[in-house]
Amino acid sequence: MSLTKTRSRDILGTSALRPDGIPKVKGSFEFSSDANDDSMAWGATLRSPHPSARIRSIDISGALLIPGVHAVITAKDVPGKPTYGLISQDQPVFARDVVRYMGEPVAAVAADHPETARRALDAIVVDYEVMKPLTDPEEGISGSHPPIHPDGNVFRHQRIIRGDQTIVGEVVVEDTYEIGMQDQAFLGLEAALARPLSGRGVELIVATQWLHEDRKQIADCLGLAEDDVFLTLGGVGGAFGAREDISLQVHCCLLALAIGRPVKMQYGREESFFGHVHRHPAKIWMRHHATKSGKIQRIEARMVFDGGAYTSTSPAVLINGITHTQGPYACDNATVDGYAVRTNNPPCGAMRGFGVVQACFAHESQMDKLAEACGISPVEIRLLNAMKTGDPLITGQPVESVAPVARCITETDALPLPPPLSTPDPLDLPGGSGLTSQSHHVVRGIGWGVSIKNLMYSEGFDDYATARCTLTNGKVRLKFATSEVGQGFVTLAPQIARTILGVDDVEIEPMDTAVGSAGSTSASRQTWMSGGAVDGACRVVRERLFEHVGRQHGIDPIRLSIAGTDVVDELSGFRISVADASEGLDISHTYEHHHRKTEDLDENGQGNCHVAFAFVAHRAVVDVDVELGLVKVVQIATAQDVGQVLNPLSVLGQIEGGIAQGLGLAIMEEIVIDKGIVKNPSFTDYLLPTALDAPDVVAVTIEEPEPQAPLGAKGVGEPPCISVTPAIVAAIRDATKRQLNRVPVRPYDICL
Amino acid sequence: MSEHYTLTVNGSRHEVRDSWVGESLLYVLRQRLGLPGTKGACEQGECGSCTVLLDGNAVCSCLVMAATCTAAEITTVEGLADGDALTDVQQAFIEAGGVQCGFCTPGLIVAVHNLLDGNPTPSSIEVKEALSGNICRCTGYGRIFDAVQLVISRRSGTHA
Repeated sequence: MSLTKTRSRDILGTSALRPDGIPKVKGSFEFSSDANDDSMAWGATLRSPHPSARIRSIDISGALLIPGVHAVITAKDVPGKPTYGLISQDQPVFARDVVRYMGEPVAAVAADHPETARRALDAIVVDYEVMKPLTDPEEGISGSHPPIHPDGNVFRHQRIIRGDQTIVGEVVVEDTYEIGMQDQAFLGLEAALARPLSGRGVELIVATQWLHEDRKQIADCLGLAEDDVFLTLGGVGGAFGAREDISLQVHCCLLALAIGRPVKMQYGREESFFGHVHRHPAKIWMRHHATKSGKIQRIEARMVFDGGAYTSTSPAVLINGITHTQGPYACDNATVDGYAVRTNNPPCGAMRGFGVVQACFAHESQMDKLAEACGISPVEIRLLNAMKTGDPLITGQPVESVAPVARCITETDALPLPPPLSTPDPLDLPGGSGLTSQSHHVVRGIGWGVSIKNLMYSEGFDDYATARCTLTNGKVRLKFATSEVGQGFVTLAPQIARTILGVDDVEIEPMDTAVGSAGSTSASRQTWMSGGAVDGACRVVRERLFEHVGRQHGIDPIRLSIAGTDVVDELSGFRISVADASEGLDISHTYEHHHRKTEDLDENGQGNCHVAFAFVAHRAVVDVDVELGLVKVVQIATAQDVGQVLNPLSVLGQIEGGIAQGLGLAIMEEIVIDKGIVKNPSFTDYLLPTALDAPDVVAVTIEEPEPQAPLGAKGVGEPPCISVTPAIVAAIRDATKRQLNRVPVRPYDICL
Repeated sequence: MSEHYTLTVNGSRHEVRDSWVGESLLYVLRQRLGLPGTKGACEQGECGSCTVLLDGNAVCSCLVMAATCTAAEITTVEGLADGDALTDVQQAFIEAGGVQCGFCTPGLIVAVHNLLDGNPTPSSIEVKEALSGNICRCTGYGRIFDAVQLVISRRSGTHA
């Protein structure tokens, strides 16, 4: 893909550079962990070592005796609502009588020094009555385990029943697939600074995905009005879903209000593993019925998502999973049963791909089985069944989005393969600098994955976005509460303003709760939603500017347009620069962008529950040391449906970054849990892709502008990480001829 | 809790007063010397976010006790360029798209300077090996490799 379009002005379609690039490379960009206050104390959290226990007593007296300790708080110090949560407020700020997962907060302290705070945690005595944890979701579904929470053990059960339930295909393939628990593993650990406001209320600088949702939940727990809680976005060091839920926000505010001083909280890496939700582990059974030529006739599936101890977004993740059962393929008949279950495992919620990652691993593994059973290639089976615009999903919802599935596949297929494995540098072999592989044990494999991903929130949720545009003297200021988490909305928003208003000087005001909600930076939605809000605000301001110019110069405003940095009337040849035309003016407009309405699913899982869809294909080439079970991903080729490219460099960054995360799930990343105990909460033991694991990425974008989208552009954040995982596993299967029904694929799955 | 010592950071001498002697170099740089550019993300030397130069060698500052560095020249990301200027590595990271969330960036900038100072023309696998101690969760590394190649070609005069 071309990154080198000439860039005389940083408008839409160019690789405009990040406005925060200079401070980020110089180390002066202020992340939330860099926020300090001269008078601040340090907060720290005491967490349960047990996945399931009753709390008999908590003795904080020892901690309070330590010099430098200013406050110790527990559940009884929460003045407002004792629980929080995105969908169901079932998660306690602090455990009161019972702990339901390893790492659940029990108390928090504020002290002069972080080390003093840690010592104070050690001095708190909690008397636990340890109980046997519920760790198998099937026990929750069957009802064989008593409820571990007053709301019960099943977060949600939903079926999808569509079409003929009796069809039996000439070809039938089925299997059970398992997806491990992945961590978002953003680099910038959870951190915040809370300051009590004089009089009443609190200010919080925090790295989050959704300032306004945080504010609502914080205010409820503090017993304050939302207006008494002011949030500013601290610099966000990555998010990937893990900052959608509350972590330290309420604790930090409570401590600051308790001691009447600013409090800083910052998790270490181990605490971060306990402090945020993860990707749901899932078990998925699927059976595909097809004609002998390979045309899918009916799909049966059962999906079980382990949501851990508290709801978070589990009900929505489940719906995403089951409504994407068919993948990007036409299918008229389906029987799907889905459960999201409460267990004493760590809570799970949003992570890039949001339920679709799990479904995709299953349906793409099935497509390869079907291809084999029908004697056709992985590409042929996928082209034969590729969904088109207008096709109904198994929910009955027609896919109104542009659906270039066949193009994604054929354009990926046309990308060059890497040179064959000949006499590689030993560092290039699986195992890398360990020099453990011998090249005669290395086998190359190729595999495919194709996916569909819904964009924006679903099931009737109006996740609107707000933006304000102000034009003064040829300069534009943009105000929004959109969380910049690294994706580059701060690059895109000025591109939009420059394009529409013909200005070059665009300033982004601080991202905080002084403007309406932008919704969450998730669900691949901010380019569409906040981009739509910035676009709408700029268009209204442009109309006002045209009205002003029209009045000043006696021209019907309808004849005016923007050309470059001028307002022009092409008929008369009139031309005035935007800078001159807006001199002395102060035109400002706040705009809310709403997407079209969606519906709840009915009891048979039917309904127009999603807003829009994006598609992508991945082809993976891997080298596998079949003796040692080591995998090197050599190349990923991909063609992604993007609607329209607004910034080629940003799009490529999302594609390559998403691929690396999907690679991680395929071959190395898993939070290992045994009886509710997390075994590897560190970067030593939770393995992440490094520079040596990064494959060559060959990417093309498919530009068919999306009519529904304000800028013609679909979100590009999630699709890259979804079908790359099954593509890599398929390539490993191709090399090893093993079943491999579980991710991550472990060395012993390959060689034992 | 009451230790006094002196560190030489980015060519300037800094007094560290009333500190706990167990504090890491990372903590002292960030919380006592007002140099927050160095980041902490794993606290066990796995991620490279806290990379600084200690007498010209790249180290994870989370694993070094500050009080052991009194005789060393310490260089952080803030000390690589003069004032508002950018080094060629910093400039290339911006141009090539090597920065997204930016949390790993300071450590990578220091690591790339360290790599190219010792080996001006590394092969692509040598670049990957040298940077494999610096985890980036956003970019998938592709734009970072491009940034390094841009610096290499500019330094060798093969790129404008």
